[in-house]
Amino acid sequence: MATKTPVSTTINGEPVEFLCEPRQSLLEVLRDTLHLTGAKEGCNNGNCGACTVILNGVAVDSCLVLGVEVEGAEVTTVEGLACRNELHPIQQCFLEDAALQCGICTPGFLVAAKALLDKIPNPTEEQIRFHLAGNICRCTGYDKIVKAVQHAAQEMAK
Amino acid sequence: MATANETKTSSYRVIGTRPIRHDGVDKVTGRAVYGNDVQLPGLLYGRVLRSPHAHARIRSIDTTKAEKLPGVFAVISSADIDPHESKMAELGEGSVNLQYLCENVLARKKVLYKGHAVAAVAAVNAHVAEEALKLIEVDYDPLHAVTWVLDAMKDDAPILIDDLKTEGAPLPHSKGPTNIAQHIVFSKGDIEKGFAEADVIIEREFKSATVHQGYIEPHVATALWSPDGHLSIWASTQGSFTCRQQTAELLALPVSKVTVTPCEIGGGFGGKIRVYIEPIAALLSKKSGRPVKVLMNRADVFESTGPTPGSFIRVKLGAKRDGRLVAGDAWMAYDAGAYPAGIIGPGCVCVFSCYDLPNARVEGFDVVLNKPQTAAYRAPGSTNAAFACETVIEELAEKLGIDPIEFRLKNAAKEGTRRPDGPAYPVIGLVETLKTAKAHPHYSATLEGPNRGRGVGCGFWMNAGLKSSVTAHVNGDGTVTLVEGSTDIGGTRTSIAMQLAETLGITAEEVVPRVVDTDSVGYTDVTGGSRTTFATGWAAHDAAIDIVKQMSARAAEFWKCSPDEVTFDRGLFSSKSHALTFKELAGKIQETGGTITGRASVEAKGVGATFGTHIVDVEVDPETGKVKILRYTAVQDCGRVIHPSYAEGQIQGGVVQGIGWALNEEYVYDADGRMRNASMLDYRMPTAVDVPTIEPVMVEVPNPRHPYGVRGVGEVPICPPPAAIGAAIYNAIGIRMYELPMSPPKVCQAIINEASAK
Ligand code: FES
Ligand code: FES
Repeated sequence: MATKTPVSTTINGEPVEFLCEPRQSLLEVLRDTLHLTGAKEGCNNGNCGACTVILNGVAVDSCLVLGVEVEGAEVTTVEGLACRNELHPIQQCFLEDAALQCGICTPGFLVAAKALLDKIPNPTEEQIRFHLAGNICRCTGYDKIVKAVQHAAQEMAK
Repeated sequence: MATANETKTSSYRVIGTRPIRHDGVDKVTGRAVYGNDVQLPGLLYGRVLRSPHAHARIRSIDTTKAEKLPGVFAVISSADIDPHESKMAELGEGSVNLQYLCENVLARKKVLYKGHAVAAVAAVNAHVAEEALKLIEVDYDPLHAVTWVLDAMKDDAPILIDDLKTEGAPLPHSKGPTNIAQHIVFSKGDIEKGFAEADVIIEREFKSATVHQGYIEPHVATALWSPDGHLSIWASTQGSFTCRQQTAELLALPVSKVTVTPCEIGGGFGGKIRVYIEPIAALLSKKSGRPVKVLMNRADVFESTGPTPGSFIRVKLGAKRDGRLVAGDAWMAYDAGAYPAGIIGPGCVCVFSCYDLPNARVEGFDVVLNKPQTAAYRAPGSTNAAFACETVIEELAEKLGIDPIEFRLKNAAKEGTRRPDGPAYPVIGLVETLKTAKAHPHYSATLEGPNRGRGVGCGFWMNAGLKSSVTAHVNGDGTVTLVEGSTDIGGTRTSIAMQLAETLGITAEEVVPRVVDTDSVGYTDVTGGSRTTFATGWAAHDAAIDIVKQMSARAAEFWKCSPDEVTFDRGLFSSKSHALTFKELAGKIQETGGTITGRASVEAKGVGATFGTHIVDVEVDPETGKVKILRYTAVQDCGRVIHPSYAEGQIQGGVVQGIGWALNEEYVYDADGRMRNASMLDYRMPTAVDVPTIEPVMVEVPNPRHPYGVRGVGEVPICPPPAAIGAAIYNAIGIRMYELPMSPPKVCQAIINEASAK
């Protein structure tokens, strides 16, 4: 078995240290080592977006990032969206607008939507669809997701 | 429509509202436990070795080297599971042949498709398990493969299962071994006479490619085989009891020795009913003495689960000049995949189900070939059939010069119409959807610009009833805990809870729904067949009635009157001189004899079929053949809508799957029968930029046989899109497409062919 490397990073605002093998993806480390199972594995090769996290301000597929690459980085996962017991407006709007059915894609969409709204606080429908095109949802047909993101943008502007 | 239920509409307090789903917060915070989130002490990771060949004999399997790899705890193959004879086990929605199920789980003498499971490993982590797979030596003797349904029906086709016998109607020329697993013939009236009366007859042939359900969560199962002989499984399954029964049968255990805990599930659409890896995880756990989690990768999902059948269909329809259909004839061959699958059955039922045909004949074949064994996918068999029938309907309407919706209205099935397979319809809502579509502004909106066209299409699904159980415990604070066995794939905890709440006169939020394991609730069939809100909701209604009865008796005791003097209306118990709300009385039940539990087990009859009529505008790029969806309206009879947001979501999601099926999705096979696009990049499912807003229009024709008028809503929306889009393409560029998917290369080729024919 390969030897493990120590990695120091910041996840959801907290300093975290872990040991990982060079071949382990960030997704695997988050889920299996750190038990942050909010990021989901849908394809493990960058095609579905279920594993999306924010890495230094950019939404990335955590299955395509190696655990060792996040040394010194800042990572936000779906577990870091809510502030203590208060849901993030994007989470609240997903609930109110029924933007999830099975919910397996939801963590990825929430994180991708946060990255979008952090950058473009008032996106058009086209911008939302474009920025979320790396996330596949097989259940909803996307409309309620797009509307929930628009709704969240309005709430956040208040 | 004025049914008894209709008149009650305005009085509903919970039904028709949009409460936040009970499992919502867990699902937006990442806390909900899906199959792959299960963690147990000492957990091992299992991976499955799969056949690289589409068809081969297995000469030998040598696992010695894999077993010696450090970190490996168990290696299994078919030698670790006792063979089963060809015997059917009932699974509620359908049945399964145990021999085939067993061989599909782990191939015995032959592999029948690329991806067929051959062996499995449990190791300390997934990487070690994958390394170990590479050390397993399998000696194959490759055979010719066949992946096109008509080729598999030929006399000289490679035979997959030597002793396969054709079920159903006898085959006229059958001699010797065959790949035809089932032959179906339905007929009504006299088609010869019918076609002789027709003024216009159109006959066309249609092909559709194999497509996958495409759920985002891969199959995953964790098993713990305890030394006391009890097997626990945490699964991503549409039916915990179905999973329990298949696993118990395969491993020769009594069902009481198997507990299945249904985890949150990341989509199923019909593809998570049959077991694949649950028995493998169980055997690996037995051999290693540790809990084992087996997770499929995405290629495994494409190559060894699902898909739904590719097909060849010939449809011939005849009509009189006045637009009345007089005869229909359909010949349909569907992929079974590696083992008999039977999706041809509903395909045959559905092909002419939208129309009142006085004379009809339907002949269907379930054909074994070298693809994974096909599985249900949202209205299984109906979409392929609708593409064929609806396209011919369009051509007839055009030839007769009648508006396509008007033509359908003239021939639409209604109450009393007898389908070719026998049953006559009770109250149905096809006509209502057609009228609503015709009156919708989309249908009359101007559509300008070159290469743009509008199309319509209809679809049908029969829906299922089956068995559901619930228990409901009244809590002292006036809430009710609702214990159920239906996997919640898209908000059914809430749609079921709402029916209990409505009956008890409490709010949806005052119900605490819990989906529990197979030891903690009565037998419940799968979440499938659009049956959960219908049948488990019915059970919740009945359990609520049981609670009302018991609480009325308590009130009588309290008020020292006879129970007949207690009435219950919208959450208020009253007698001549007293009244207590549900909550007040709930607070007193411990003083009057203790806890009250309502319960119900239903075998839901009175299923209401569902119809949809869709309108779509497209633009075709004549250079690339790419079809863009400009606008989409989906009208559907939903029966009584319980939670409008989630009913709309079913329609929108189903339509987008139908758009994917129509325009892009397909299994691409090479000459050796290997799938060449087993990734989500190459198997192209719609993303947010590929579709516009799908506008759902819900028509409510309540099902008079359900306490709240519910029909299933989930499946039918996938049926009309391919035909409607095909019609829109024709109206855009004047070319009819007869093959799915209508992907850019195929549309482009059709444009080139058309140009060179001129
Ligand atoms: S799991 Fe990372 S993109 Fe699909
Ligand atoms: S809600 Fe199921 S995949 Fe998006």
